[in-house]
Amino acid sequence: MTTSPLARRSGERLVSGWGRTTPSAATIVTVDDADAVTAAVRGAGRRGVLARGLGRSYGDAAQSGGGSLLDLGRLATIDLDTAGATVTTGAGVSLDTLLRVLVPAGFFVPVTPGTRMVSVGGAIAADVHGKNHHRDGTFGSHVLRMTVVDGRGEVVVLDPVTTPDRFWATVGGMGLTGVILDATFDLIPISSSLISVDTERGTDLDDVMDRMVARDDEYRYTVAWVDTAHPSGRGVLTRGDHAPADWLSGSAARDPLGFAPKPLATVPPLVPGGLVNPLTLRAFCEAWYRKAPRHRVGELQPLGTFFHPLDFLRDWNRGYGPGGFVQYQIAVPDGAADLVRLTLDRLRSIRAFSAVTVLKRFGAANPAPLSFPQPGWTLAVDVPAGVDGLAQVLDSLDERVVAAGGRLYLAKDSRMSPEMMAATYPRLAEWQRVRDDMDPHGVFTSDLARRLSL
Amino acid sequence: MMDALGEPQSVLVLGGSSEIALATVLALPRARLRRVVLAGRPSPALDEAATQLTSAAIAGVSTVGFDAADTASHGDVIGRVFDEGDVDLVIMAFGVLGDQAEAEADPDTAVAMATVNYTGAVSAGLRVAACLRAQGHGALVVLSSVAGQRARRSNFVYGSTKAGLDAFAQGLGDALHGSGARVLIVRPGFVRTRMTEGLEEVPLTIDPGDVAGIIVSALRKGRETVYAPGPLRYVMAGLKMVPRPVFRKLPI
Repeated sequence: MTTSPLARRSGERLVSGWGRTTPSAATIVTVDDADAVTAAVRGAGRRGVLARGLGRSYGDAAQSGGGSLLDLGRLATIDLDTAGATVTTGAGVSLDTLLRVLVPAGFFVPVTPGTRMVSVGGAIAADVHGKNHHRDGTFGSHVLRMTVVDGRGEVVVLDPVTTPDRFWATVGGMGLTGVILDATFDLIPISSSLISVDTERGTDLDDVMDRMVARDDEYRYTVAWVDTAHPSGRGVLTRGDHAPADWLSGSAARDPLGFAPKPLATVPPLVPGGLVNPLTLRAFCEAWYRKAPRHRVGELQPLGTFFHPLDFLRDWNRGYGPGGFVQYQIAVPDGAADLVRLTLDRLRSIRAFSAVTVLKRFGAANPAPLSFPQPGWTLAVDVPAGVDGLAQVLDSLDERVVAAGGRLYLAKDSRMSPEMMAATYPRLAEWQRVRDDMDPHGVFTSDLARRLSL
Repeated sequence: MMDALGEPQSVLVLGGSSEIALATVLALPRARLRRVVLAGRPSPALDEAATQLTSAAIAGVSTVGFDAADTASHGDVIGRVFDEGDVDLVIMAFGVLGDQAEAEADPDTAVAMATVNYTGAVSAGLRVAACLRAQGHGALVVLSSVAGQRARRSNFVYGSTKAGLDAFAQGLGDALHGSGARVLIVRPGFVRTRMTEGLEEVPLTIDPGDVAGIIVSALRKGRETVYAPGPLRYVMAGLKMVPRPVFRKLPI
């Protein structure tokens, strides 16, 4: 019997990023061990191979139309070295699973993004950052070594001292240099699972930014939420550090390292479009600003409340309805701080209000050629993809970002041009040379790599 | 790759000198467009179409020889375009209107029309679908016609080719459902083009640019079938209800 080229292949699935905008079909291959990864790489078809973690990149970074997507969820070992304050984990381990082991043992991950639902492999491939970037850098900066299957199907061990080029090309390399099998990285010792948080409101954007510049250095973790619906750009700053156990009292003091976060609710799979609209977003922003205390010092918050607000509503990305959404995250140098206001103003002008709006100061960059953070400001906004005029507004903002020496975050991007990529990641050619060396036959690819001509 | 805001990077037009297809390419968001391939029979009209796109500041325009009636060559031509890179959008726009009386007098003319409009479309459509399927994403726009919705005495040969094409495209869209590739069927009414020059205009007559706007909007919304202009949907729904003894006497 003839097999139709149009028929669905076994294991094939429609896959999109967290923003749910441009799905493509790929074959999901669940791998159990290094040998299975090697076999998948050596047997790669014309459309290539890519490791996909938990699918939290917003755009097309973890999808590959017609290709094979490796599910490394079974590479799930966790080997904690309490004396050395390091851990070695399989690439498929989520930060959620990892923290449930680490926190009760008195350790915290060196860097966490706004969700625990990322894999260790994904955290390295996207070189994620968190609220401590100004002080501690990215996730990749804390990796001591990792085991990777390269494009020839060889298992190699990379570290920043003996194989710096390959190591740093893989950190932030979006999975295009190889498949990470496991990694060893530093941990932060903690004596409680609570964060001591100082909260203050900024009455307008300048006030928010001034407060961040003035006192961010005093805190390990800092971030600001900005009200995109309000013309002032007012916001709420939250800053803190791990609370020592002796600050705790009552039931918290009896179990200082207790950690059992739960999502409050799950967004149902079918949400009509338009539920998230200018009206509901405005109301949300107003409520979010009002609920924050004007000024409060030393509040003890659970880790999840402080670090992972995105995890309280499971599958919150469905809330944007079938049209999906885009996240626009820029990094600009201090000299271009006015781009933060310009971005908010331009988006407000087309009524593209954002609920999840994050403003943060970045510290020093690391040696990875495609790592996103650079010293200065970063602003991230979520916008429904269907907003009229969005493409033109973002394209015009892109021009300003390029001119200012800024860039967009590949883990968030779903619409940048290849020209902007090359202009804003000036070490792209250097990265491509190392990538070509690690993957001479071009086995590793993604829809993002195709779109940006990586 | 199509980006998150629906901006394509690469487009293939089969029937590269089609005025509707040309207007559609001109109406597409073009900020990310870097490759447009116009496939058609080598002719001054094909070159003129390429020139028109290039002078509208569209980058990467090229032409390639393609004859809808020469189905044996379709695999090579289409395969080569896809080999050079992913294609986000394919517009299948070739077709001939022909003259009904001439087709009745000379059945070979009718066969030629059927070969281009239906047989050629089946051949090219299946090959394009397989390529889109293999790359896991992309859209195929099929230019059908309201003439295929109900056969009329005055142009049933043409209408029957479009009826076949339309049914084929519906099935193809269903076959591709959930594959990342999709089919948009466009059913224009009377459009002012070279093909309809000299014919008497009817109510709801529109220009290629109007059809183009409808196509671009339907692509963005992920629609599967669209009429041009939109109200024709209701006109056709009404006409389908008319009993044949009455229908055949209608002055259409």
